[in-house]
Amino acid sequence: MPWHRRLLRDRVLVLVAVPGVLVLLVFHYLPWLGNIIAFKDYQPYLGIKDSPWVGLDNFHVLVDGDPAFRNALTNTLLITLLQVVVVFPVPIALALLLDSLASERLKRLTQSVLYLPHFLSWVIVIAVFQEMFGNAGLLNTVLRQHDLATLSIVGNPDLFKAVVTSQVLWKDAGWATILFLAALSRIDPELYEASAVDGAGRMRQLWHVTLPGLRPLIVLLLILRLGDSLSVGFEQILLQQPAVGQHASEVLDTYVYNNGILAADWGSSAAVGLIKGLVGLVLVLGANSLAHRLGEQGVYQR
Amino acid sequence: MRYAVRAGKGLILLLCCAAVVIPFFGILATSLSDRAQVTEAGGFVLFPKRVTFAAYQAMLSGGVVTRAVLVSLLITGAGTLLSLTATALLAYGLSRRGTFGHRPLLMIVLFALLFTPGIIPSYLVVKDLGLLESYWSLILPGMINAFNVIVLRAFFMELPNEVLDSARVDGAGDFTILWRIVLPLSRAALAVIGLFYAVAYWNSFFAALLYLNDSTMWPLQLVLRTYVVNPNQLGVDQVGVSGAELPPQEAIQMAILVLSILPILLVYPFVQRHFAKGVLIGAVKG
Repeated sequence: MPWHRRLLRDRVLVLVAVPGVLVLLVFHYLPWLGNIIAFKDYQPYLGIKDSPWVGLDNFHVLVDGDPAFRNALTNTLLITLLQVVVVFPVPIALALLLDSLASERLKRLTQSVLYLPHFLSWVIVIAVFQEMFGNAGLLNTVLRQHDLATLSIVGNPDLFKAVVTSQVLWKDAGWATILFLAALSRIDPELYEASAVDGAGRMRQLWHVTLPGLRPLIVLLLILRLGDSLSVGFEQILLQQPAVGQHASEVLDTYVYNNGILAADWGSSAAVGLIKGLVGLVLVLGANSLAHRLGEQGVYQR
Repeated sequence: MRYAVRAGKGLILLLCCAAVVIPFFGILATSLSDRAQVTEAGGFVLFPKRVTFAAYQAMLSGGVVTRAVLVSLLITGAGTLLSLTATALLAYGLSRRGTFGHRPLLMIVLFALLFTPGIIPSYLVVKDLGLLESYWSLILPGMINAFNVIVLRAFFMELPNEVLDSARVDGAGDFTILWRIVLPLSRAALAVIGLFYAVAYWNSFFAALLYLNDSTMWPLQLVLRTYVVNPNQLGVDQVGVSGAELPPQEAIQMAILVLSILPILLVYPFVQRHFAKGVLIGAVKG
């Protein structure tokens, strides 16, 4: 069928897609053009077009060993590592626990409670943590009433990375079980029966039936997490910077915001943001092709 | 042995639930306490002996907080309506393979998932479109979530083809099919996607920080940051009462917190049952 006949036939479908596609083009794709300022000495009063070109000058901050940038990069990588090691396995364990509950009603109720924090904003989550572990919070109030020494947890730079990780756990570990529970429910029950007949105990079933059933999902989520490894909780960390200071808390995203938008060092901040985006993309595509090579499905199929 | 394992599992789950429920309970209790109780408890009340709604009255008697609540409700309502409409239309437009422009349009949506634009270029786009200091800056940049489009499209594609075909034989056009058949059959999916958008708008704090300088335009989350997360005092400008009538700071702070959680608690039970029905699972299948 020639293209104009197809366009005529599908005109309604094309037409209804237009508003959404326009929004994506303007607010997701157009900003990529704005990255041009990474190669310019951007002056807001001149605009993007008339600001002078400076070549790769803005990228010097990436290789010069600028202490603020290196601090941000180190913090980002440390927090990512902590979150992959500590946060990633928790929802899997939680899903296995939930799945083994005999009572369907109890399971539903527990799920409802555990999903809830996911829907709260970071502002709320951080306020909640302050009320629990801050200087005037529940924990320290109880300690004071019993004449015990109080603990400095919220606002303590040394504990910041641990606090950030616990907040992520509290907010999202419950919600993340939803995908694992769905994958668990799709594992063929006959596999469990067959393995039981062969004399496999609980642990061996877990190892030989359950975990292999979850493997494609685990790989998929790890790939996505890897692509995000340079982004760690921007809003979450920005909100807590006044309390703990930049040395403990600066990550790449807050660096871009603090240096670019607040301190008006537009060019080099845009350069850092651009490299960060490209590295993330390369990481996702690289991890995905590695997954394909290992015989997994990955994010998309070939 | 069996029982010990089972009891251990139950205990772990119980502790997890307690970690969610106890903070909520304490926040609610503190917001309902008077000055004497707050002082006696040292700032945070877990078991109130008397209950007063003074903090809520103060909070809603005019001033920054009242206005912020109205702003947040407006943004959430208008934003969710626009987002859900545009998302459903786009998902429907992409729901049939082999139509005109299907592949390039789908690619635009899929690649939007991989390329998240940076903070600075996004800010420049909003600025150059003249949207700074406007409520549109809180709605338009996040209006389409590509992931939601993919989920809804997968749901539309699973609808039984026979129903759609028989409507077509009866002479229904694509728009009639969308309005009369596809949307009514997709209420559960639309409810879940609508909740996701509503929660995103209600919870959004950074967009307002980035795009709105004028604090009289601030939504509730930014007020929450300024007066609850950061230690700024609440006075007559914020809550419309002062002097002896002013409830304790802790109670007002916790009342603002309760108010920011309340809408989510109200909507959540109605949508939560759809999660289990596998609305989201279509996207995982790919």
